[in-house]
Amino acid sequence: MNTETMNLDLTEEQLAFAAEARAWLAEHVPATPLPSMDTAEGFEAHRQWEAELARGGWSVVSWPEEFGGRGAGLIEWVLFEEEYYRAGAPTRVAQNGISLLAPILFGHGTDAQRERFLRPMTDGSLIWAQAWSEPGSGSDLASIRSTARRDEERGGWILNGQKTWSSRAPWADRGFGLFRSDPEAQRHRGLTYFMFPLDAEGITIRPIAQLDGTTGFAEIFFDDVFVADEDVLGEPGDGWRVAMSTAGNERGLSLRSPGRFCAATDRLIDLWHTHQEQEPFAQDAVVDAWIKSEAYRLYTWGTVSTLQNGGDVGAEGSVNKVFWSELDIELHGTALALLGPEAELRGPSAVSNGRWIEDYVFSLGGPIYAGTNEIQRNIIAERLLGLPRGGDGRKSS
Amino acid sequence: MKFVISDEQRALAEAIEQVIEGAGGTNVARTWAAGDLAPGQELWAQLAELGLLGLCVDEADGGMGGTPVDLVVAFERLGYHAVPGPYLESAALLPNLVNPAIREGLVDGSVIATAAIPGLLTYALDSASSTHSYIVNPDSLSPATAGEPMKSIDETRTLSELRATESAAALDEQLVATAIDRATLGCAAVLLGAGERLLHEAVEYAKIRQQFGRTIGEYQALKHQLADVRVALTFVRPLINGAALDLGSPAGPRSVSAAKVAAGDAALLAARVALQVHGAIGYTQEHDLSLWITRVHALLGAWGTARYHRNRVASFIMSPISQLAPVA
Repeated sequence: MNTETMNLDLTEEQLAFAAEARAWLAEHVPATPLPSMDTAEGFEAHRQWEAELARGGWSVVSWPEEFGGRGAGLIEWVLFEEEYYRAGAPTRVAQNGISLLAPILFGHGTDAQRERFLRPMTDGSLIWAQAWSEPGSGSDLASIRSTARRDEERGGWILNGQKTWSSRAPWADRGFGLFRSDPEAQRHRGLTYFMFPLDAEGITIRPIAQLDGTTGFAEIFFDDVFVADEDVLGEPGDGWRVAMSTAGNERGLSLRSPGRFCAATDRLIDLWHTHQEQEPFAQDAVVDAWIKSEAYRLYTWGTVSTLQNGGDVGAEGSVNKVFWSELDIELHGTALALLGPEAELRGPSAVSNGRWIEDYVFSLGGPIYAGTNEIQRNIIAERLLGLPRGGDGRKSS
Repeated sequence: MKFVISDEQRALAEAIEQVIEGAGGTNVARTWAAGDLAPGQELWAQLAELGLLGLCVDEADGGMGGTPVDLVVAFERLGYHAVPGPYLESAALLPNLVNPAIREGLVDGSVIATAAIPGLLTYALDSASSTHSYIVNPDSLSPATAGEPMKSIDETRTLSELRATESAAALDEQLVATAIDRATLGCAAVLLGAGERLLHEAVEYAKIRQQFGRTIGEYQALKHQLADVRVALTFVRPLINGAALDLGSPAGPRSVSAAKVAAGDAALLAARVALQVHGAIGYTQEHDLSLWITRVHALLGAWGTARYHRNRVASFIMSPISQLAPVA
């Protein structure tokens, strides 16, 4: 029964948990921001930060203790994230593993896989790249053509083909992605989920410079790469179903916690105080950024309540993704308007070392990755609003 | 921490829904607009019977002793059905400002009261069909009479300026401020309800209307517009519920203003898209869509303009602020 009245009150324990996180972060977050994690030097620095987080026990608060977590609930996770962003702590270089792969390992992995992969994921010793897209398969992910051929003799599979836009691939240790293991099967069928070492024989990685010049993603070429059966996640041929639980996670709660937007809005308000002369009319945009960040924060508490009542997020995750990705661009775009001619500057001569323009450029990727916002709007229209499929050339499978 | 409505609140919404449907749904707005007030007054009596008019009144005073969350749940339903009449004034604004005898009449439905608030609610709604009219000042309440009736683009709304007729009764400023915020929050909930109904009507129409041999809901050009309405409305509800929890606290004015701004923006988007999806048929007065499109436009400028509410949010989050434009 759902009889308790609506409230946003936190328990003593939850407040104490947040205070403990705040205190630890205040003591440990690097005073000067780390170099971009999409540079060789920055990647290494971020890897070390992951180890530091793990030593403090803050790497994966919501995971079970046996895998390095604190067994904390959803509420505590949201509180931790709020504190993390408010403290200006570094971006999580381990995010692909922790947020995208781990939920699937918990759900579909073998005991041996959980044993091998989860703990090293928490302390920076095993960083994962994602490998979804291919040159011809972006939004239409089910059209992928990279193949997995059975090798009975060695007890595994031979991978061939090419992945692209693989985030963290230039310096990560392993990758995960889908390959077509049944050449006869169409689209969503006959795909298998692999977790492969990026230093395997036959793999070539070619970093791709992003808009801001850093190499956050790369192309990965597979030339007869052997992957053992122990590195298949879920059943062979069942990869699509397995992978879609990742997509839900990426769009839903785990990828963009409200703390990120609330912290950015607080910095935007500070910027408004020092730069309002540049663009006085930005006051309304600052107010709107605050209203939307607050809406996102409150919406997240609603989602947490729904999940705690045994409900699920489902296609609502698409609503969430469209909202935060557009908010992110509006918020950072407002900062650029306030900065005026200074907006383009990077490095020591720039306000906040150029963080506003760099974060703005980063925000531009939001409507593209994790399923473009156009795909999300199709999902909203068809699964939430009940509009019919078709009429746009998409196959109906 | 629990940020979803309760089963009791869901039951309240369903009960209101049934009463309105039983009274003829949008027909009530139609007859009210045509000057036949009887069905609307009958609905008023039934909603009073249900407790809606005493929702914000303490149980000791004969009311339901409801919470602000109950209030927004209820007013969203009124918006959804474009129910006409000064409900925000009678059920949300005035109950805690009038004397006990009038309050009793408000709760049982025998008093229908309307109001103007200088600077925030310029015109009083439906003064001629109300039994009482008041001017709400920051620290007092004045009984008033209505000037010449004026028409609204929303045909259910007859507006007038008010003139005080008797000396004002002094009131606690905080009490008045909270009452105004309560009604403003109710207005945000009405806008959300209207927006949800506009989206519903547009989606249902897109599922049946055929052009070029296909239902128009198959076309992404429309799907994506409708999806954007879904996104906008989804993120209004938590602001409204959050403001309901904040009402009466120091953060109340900030949260109520944020909810009103977001509800107005989302409802306006819903109105624009619903009209576009319907095409010419939606541009007619005959089609029910006109009820919500005109209601949304009427409410955007009532209970504080977007300018007023954005400035008020700014005064909380980025003080000191520069005022961009005079406040209403």
